[in-house]
Amino acid sequence: MAENSEYAIEMLGITKRFPGIIANDNVTIQLKKGEIHALLGENGAGKSTLMSVLFGLYQAEEGVIKKDGKEVVINNPNDANDLGIGMVHQHFKLVQCFSVLDNIILGDETVKHGFLQKDVARKKIIELSEKYGLKVDPDAKIEDITVGMQQRTEILKMLYRDNEILIFDEPTAVLTPAEIDELMQIMKNLAKEGKSILFISHKLAEIMAVADRCSVLRRGKYIGTVNISETNQEELSRMMIGRDVQLVATKEDKEPGKVILHVENMTVPSKLHHNNAVKNVSFDVREGEIVCIAGIDGNGQTELVYGLSGLENITTGKIELSGKDITHASIRERSTSGMSHIPEDRHKHGLVLDYSLAYNLVLQRYFEPEFSTGAGFLKKNEINKYAEKLIDQYDIRSSQGAVTSARSMSGGNQQKAIIAREIDKNPDLLIAVQPTRGLDVGAIEYIHKQLIAQRDSGHAVLLVSLELEEVMSISDRILVMYEGEIVGEFEPKKTTPEELGLYMAGAKRKEVGA
Amino acid sequence: MSAENKSTEKVSFFARPAVQSILASLLCIVFGLLIGYIALLFINAKGATEAIITIIKNYFTYPTKAAALKYFGNTLVKAAPLLMCALSIQFCYQAGLFNIGAAGQYVAGAGASLFCALKLGLPWYVCLIAAFVAGGIFGIVVGILKAYLNVNEVISGIMLNWIGLYTVNMLLSGVKETASPYTVTLASTNKAAVLPSIGLEKFFSNNKYVTIAIPLAILIAVLLKVILSMTVFGYEIRATGIAKDAAKYSGMKEKRNIILTLFIGGALAGLGAAFLYLTGYEQWSVTQSSVPGMGFNGIAATFLGGLDPIGTIFASYFIQHITSGGSYLDKNIYPSQISDFISAIIIYLCGFVLFFKYFLNSRIRNKKNNAEGGNK
Repeated sequence: MAENSEYAIEMLGITKRFPGIIANDNVTIQLKKGEIHALLGENGAGKSTLMSVLFGLYQAEEGVIKKDGKEVVINNPNDANDLGIGMVHQHFKLVQCFSVLDNIILGDETVKHGFLQKDVARKKIIELSEKYGLKVDPDAKIEDITVGMQQRTEILKMLYRDNEILIFDEPTAVLTPAEIDELMQIMKNLAKEGKSILFISHKLAEIMAVADRCSVLRRGKYIGTVNISETNQEELSRMMIGRDVQLVATKEDKEPGKVILHVENMTVPSKLHHNNAVKNVSFDVREGEIVCIAGIDGNGQTELVYGLSGLENITTGKIELSGKDITHASIRERSTSGMSHIPEDRHKHGLVLDYSLAYNLVLQRYFEPEFSTGAGFLKKNEINKYAEKLIDQYDIRSSQGAVTSARSMSGGNQQKAIIAREIDKNPDLLIAVQPTRGLDVGAIEYIHKQLIAQRDSGHAVLLVSLELEEVMSISDRILVMYEGEIVGEFEPKKTTPEELGLYMAGAKRKEVGA
Repeated sequence: MSAENKSTEKVSFFARPAVQSILASLLCIVFGLLIGYIALLFINAKGATEAIITIIKNYFTYPTKAAALKYFGNTLVKAAPLLMCALSIQFCYQAGLFNIGAAGQYVAGAGASLFCALKLGLPWYVCLIAAFVAGGIFGIVVGILKAYLNVNEVISGIMLNWIGLYTVNMLLSGVKETASPYTVTLASTNKAAVLPSIGLEKFFSNNKYVTIAIPLAILIAVLLKVILSMTVFGYEIRATGIAKDAAKYSGMKEKRNIILTLFIGGALAGLGAAFLYLTGYEQWSVTQSSVPGMGFNGIAATFLGGLDPIGTIFASYFIQHITSGGSYLDKNIYPSQISDFISAIIIYLCGFVLFFKYFLNSRIRNKKNNAEGGNK
């Protein structure tokens, strides 16, 4: 009887509460065998919680989970693994000081007489990585590799375990357009082989391209399930947000003003490869323009920003901010001279996760007279008042307001907090590195509006993005980076994603003058 | 209705982190004593009950109130340096540094204060400053190695403990008694170097070792609490401790903070030594070949105190209380180290504090869910 079940996994009437919030309120999802089922919802809609319940990381208070029509209990990830459920998490669960290989086999080691048989594992991993085009260096340590490669390690981890039910939690957020296409193909192939895939995403285009059906969550509630062949992006986004959303950012034409950021022959070393990650790069960013650094992950964008923000010392070159030489300035001096930085890794750099939201909102300003006395005491009242103002103004949602621990907030609201903090400093130059990574349509719309508002009020914006769609829609000027060099400069109106793609992949290049 | 209100109040009371920390620490103490008792039973079952009571009673074993007060004073005299070492470790721990070098910084403080007092004949406040600076310098060495060369502070701290011990032994061999390895007595050599009592001795049956060291140590604990939770410096120290990269990103001077933290930590431990040796309660033995345990016991006190300066005041007192209590045991039957053993067990159990909190929270959650289910 059980074998006759049409569904690989069913989650029926799942309810999961956290202090102050109902993360899942009677949610039902049925995953058919061999289908790609998308799970769509805003940040904090409860997608990750639902998947954590399925994966055994949380226990639901109500509801049942069925596999092949039979009720099952999943108490921990091992149970999930035994049932053939594998998951690539939104925030990677990797051991930083282990190699890629060690991470993949961790918990599923091939052992002979108590010794690890790494060669067997290595062979399988190399096969898998070649088969699916998931390029990794099995011997590189996680702490040394890019976010993109960490993601690929996570995917390989799941493939290595031959799981039947595959959960992808926002898998495309860090991949390049070409890699996304590849991944989509992989997912289709896997589904064809009979594997069932739950695909968590808020990228409507991807869902339309790859999924068979789509279930939508909004604020913890189940909204409905639709067949992709019978729907469109507008309907999906309406289901997700509850209102119409502007999918493409619009902005007025604007003549850029004087130079704010001037970079001359900058070279930045890379800790990982012991060579120069950024080679002799020169460019300007002017008042009232958004300059976008486009490129495939790992082509020196991270190091470029480290060099500009002072997180890394540059080896040669010169950086000027509003006419002031900041080449050798400290991070704090750059910040107080009018540079704001929305970092690539919001957990590592952007937030002190165990501090309250209020403390995080003053992370760049706590030392100013507004928030501390001459004797070095923090003005807690002022800090809280300021936090309340930002929470209100930037619509940062959290369970307990200013005193909420940053760790307990959803990814989108963490990012909103960082953006509020950096923009409210009223910077001359705003450096934003993948500010929309892992965020949903509503939050992306919001962040794009904020970036454009910065530009419109005459500030300079330097945006580093891996999303071509984002690059094309909000930038005034595009610089393409390839292997640490700027290989092309474009105006979005006079180019196409295809042309940019050629430069990003290194197939073409042209000389760029600063 | 009223019963329901009461139960929700009770839940929120136990859900408070501070209450949970205190409960967990108390639980550790109870289990530690229990296991200590079992150990006593194994050594000699007959006198075990009496022995454990002796340890817990400490100075209350004296029949007269005056004597009890006097020995209560002695426990406090030794609790003050322990508290300082615990605060040293704790302060550094907030910045993500494990200052096991507190033991060596304590030794440096002892050496500097006794040298200034006995050899140079300086008054007590100069000796205190000397101890502060000497301990601080030991901390700075560890800090510089950590900040600029990424040398693990545990390794460099332990090495410095030994360097400190033998340097101080050499330094103080010029002021030792001719017939013994101990330094000359403080009161007879330089009365001006003895810490003033400001009348405190009267409360402890004229125990002349009770000095301003005790209120000063408590005051410093409160001061640290204020610094950590209310100042810009505390904000930076804690941010550096829990999120090094975010601290760097926000432009905090990470290296400077590491060095400064270890300087303050070292200075606290050094000051702790002066708080003991400048009372004249103990003399330094220039032939000792092991680092005084005070710095290590400080680790115990700080963890038992729930990593909170105020909690550490009580924890330091408790550890010193049972250590002093242990010295009243019949040495022919029980080793006096039984108190150290019990402290060690307690520290081990402190590792279960997290587990205990988790257990308590899951109980609270279940209760709440049941209550909600019942309401439906």
